[in-house]
Amino acid sequence: MSVTAPTAAPVVALVGNPNCGKTALFNALTGSRQKVANYPGVTVEKKVGPLTTPAGRTVRIVDLPGTYSLRARSPDEEVTRDIVLGRTQTDVIPDLIVCVADASNLRLALRLVLELKQVGRPVMLSLNMMDIARKRGIEIDTEKLGRELGLPVVSSVAVRRGGTDALLAEIDRRLAAAQGATGTVWMTPDASALRRAQKEADRILASVVKGQGRPDSLTTRLDAVLLHPVAGLVVLLAILFVMFQAVFAWAEPGMDAIEAGFHFLGDLVAGLPLPDLLKSFLKDGLIGGVGSVIVFLPQIVILFFFILVLEDLGYMARAAFLMDRIMGGAGLHGRAFIPLLSSFACAIPGIMSTRVIDDRRDRLTTILVAPLMTCSARIPVYTLIIGAFIPDREVWGFVGLQGLVMFGLYTVGIASALAVSFVVKRLIWRGKPGEPFMLELPDYKVPQARSVAIGLWTRATIFLKRAGTTILSMMILIWVLASFPQPPEGATEPAINYSLAARIGTAIQPLTEPLGFNWQINVALIPGMAAREVAVGSLGTIYAISGGEEATDKIASALSSQWSLATALAFLAWYVFAPQCASTLAVIRRETGGWRWLWVTFFYMLALAYVAAFLTYRIAVALGGG
Amino acid sequence: MSSEPTIALGVAPVGFRGRIQAIAAGRVAAGMPAPELERRLIELGFVEGADVEILHQGLFGRDPIAVRVAHTTIGLRRREAMAILVSVGAEP
Repeated sequence: MSVTAPTAAPVVALVGNPNCGKTALFNALTGSRQKVANYPGVTVEKKVGPLTTPAGRTVRIVDLPGTYSLRARSPDEEVTRDIVLGRTQTDVIPDLIVCVADASNLRLALRLVLELKQVGRPVMLSLNMMDIARKRGIEIDTEKLGRELGLPVVSSVAVRRGGTDALLAEIDRRLAAAQGATGTVWMTPDASALRRAQKEADRILASVVKGQGRPDSLTTRLDAVLLHPVAGLVVLLAILFVMFQAVFAWAEPGMDAIEAGFHFLGDLVAGLPLPDLLKSFLKDGLIGGVGSVIVFLPQIVILFFFILVLEDLGYMARAAFLMDRIMGGAGLHGRAFIPLLSSFACAIPGIMSTRVIDDRRDRLTTILVAPLMTCSARIPVYTLIIGAFIPDREVWGFVGLQGLVMFGLYTVGIASALAVSFVVKRLIWRGKPGEPFMLELPDYKVPQARSVAIGLWTRATIFLKRAGTTILSMMILIWVLASFPQPPEGATEPAINYSLAARIGTAIQPLTEPLGFNWQINVALIPGMAAREVAVGSLGTIYAISGGEEATDKIASALSSQWSLATALAFLAWYVFAPQCASTLAVIRRETGGWRWLWVTFFYMLALAYVAAFLTYRIAVALGGG
Repeated sequence: MSSEPTIALGVAPVGFRGRIQAIAAGRVAAGMPAPELERRLIELGFVEGADVEILHQGLFGRDPIAVRVAHTTIGLRRREAMAILVSVGAEP
């Protein structure tokens, strides 16, 4: 690991308000060499990256969760506080704190700087986005600000080449001066201390800033539409609709290419002079199984692309604002919107990001319903079934029917999440007014291609790592179950009918029979408990082994010839609800600090899945889909 | 503290402009103790003397509201905004 700085390298911590451009600065300083991990014991993302300063010094830069104060109110902010105060168990003890402030929005940041000064560690202030501030007619006397605060102040433009030179030079100077930590005089401030500090910040601000600064005119004009009571909601719905159509339309070329690549690999292996059993393992188990999951990488990347761009644009806070009252009706906090929207990509980051909700009850409700949002792991399953059973035609002249069904499945997920939280709020947390909704609505910023690219890269790597570990091992397990024991000499039925998989599938048949599931589905459901998307690969492996060499390429056509429409729909209904993700359950246990909520989630989702699949199957059969 | 007439920001309409006269968290039945609500409001910049303007409001129950306080825009519910007492008609 040549890029990792030695542990002894000095640590520079970036601290700042949410939306101050801290992460853009972090990206500019460390580039793609950053490592994202978790702090021990908590699931807060720890972002560390190496940096070599102009003077040749190697330092570790840490990006801490955004906060308005060290008065930690949520687990995220606790991490920031503990690291800043040097209270952590980790090796991350900052030698220098760089407070990052949005130069066009200094007021709240200055109060944070005053608080950071009390910590007793070397602190400096970096005024970020100076270019935007200047454009809006805000002139800041940085020298005077430095004198007033008693701190070094530099300006930076994270997104411009050379925009961090002054910051780097100052970091070098500070570290060379090697001021150690002095005793901290920081104490949790009460209201009057906060008030005094804010008034002091306002006084400093008035003395160093020339030019009132106009409100950002672009933000004002955009918000006139995007925060309009009616138009705003229409736009929000339209954005979500476009997002889901794009996941299908744009991903297709990429998916076709990946599919073709794995097909080519499979053919290559089939042509090798190897024993049949080994060939089957490589082709059906490894290449077919992993390939059927990796093929969904383009869709996941597109979904995250939308989420990252909307986040960087500053739209996510608006979405929370627009949805607060609507979600409040269902017993959810407006802030739950961002975790729930992230859950469309994956429930794990979604559940982790519930840490922005300070109230425990609001947070638990959000965690309980997050897995109902349609995560990207369901996309493979939905796409497969929709592709096999729903005709590819247009309705109303421009909307694809397949996309529409997909949209419907998403809607069912959302509606059930709202319904469940409504019930939880009424039954479990009776009475008690909810947590206040208070959220800064930052000025809109043009998303930076580089920062979106780094975000996408991180997400894609996580997905591929999963495909290479959890999913791969499940694929091997499925292949073993589906291949052994081998059929006896002179067997008349397909080989898989003699396997362990068939026996297990048949054994649980009585349970799933009312849902219209056959034993092949049962077999696919078992490893699907570890990760949803595995079911696709499992079905592929099962039908490949049972159908012989010729049937391997098209799982979809195998399904459409062997399943009834009612079974397919019941399978979709099952997947909307089923708690089939070991990692999500593990995160719930970790985030809630016990087994209780894990089991609550598991059983309520299982019950919903069973009921939904049962009803879907029965109704579809009654309507002639059997 | 001025003797001007004050109203709670929570009842003000969109387009309202005023100056904060006091934070009175005690008069609000929020989901948290009054001192905590007061601290959170201050941390988001709601301190005496700051100019505020209501920019937007939600569709249902005119809630929540987007408030410009100094140069920052904050979204919050009218229930919590009841704790912010403002004088009417300050020049921005």
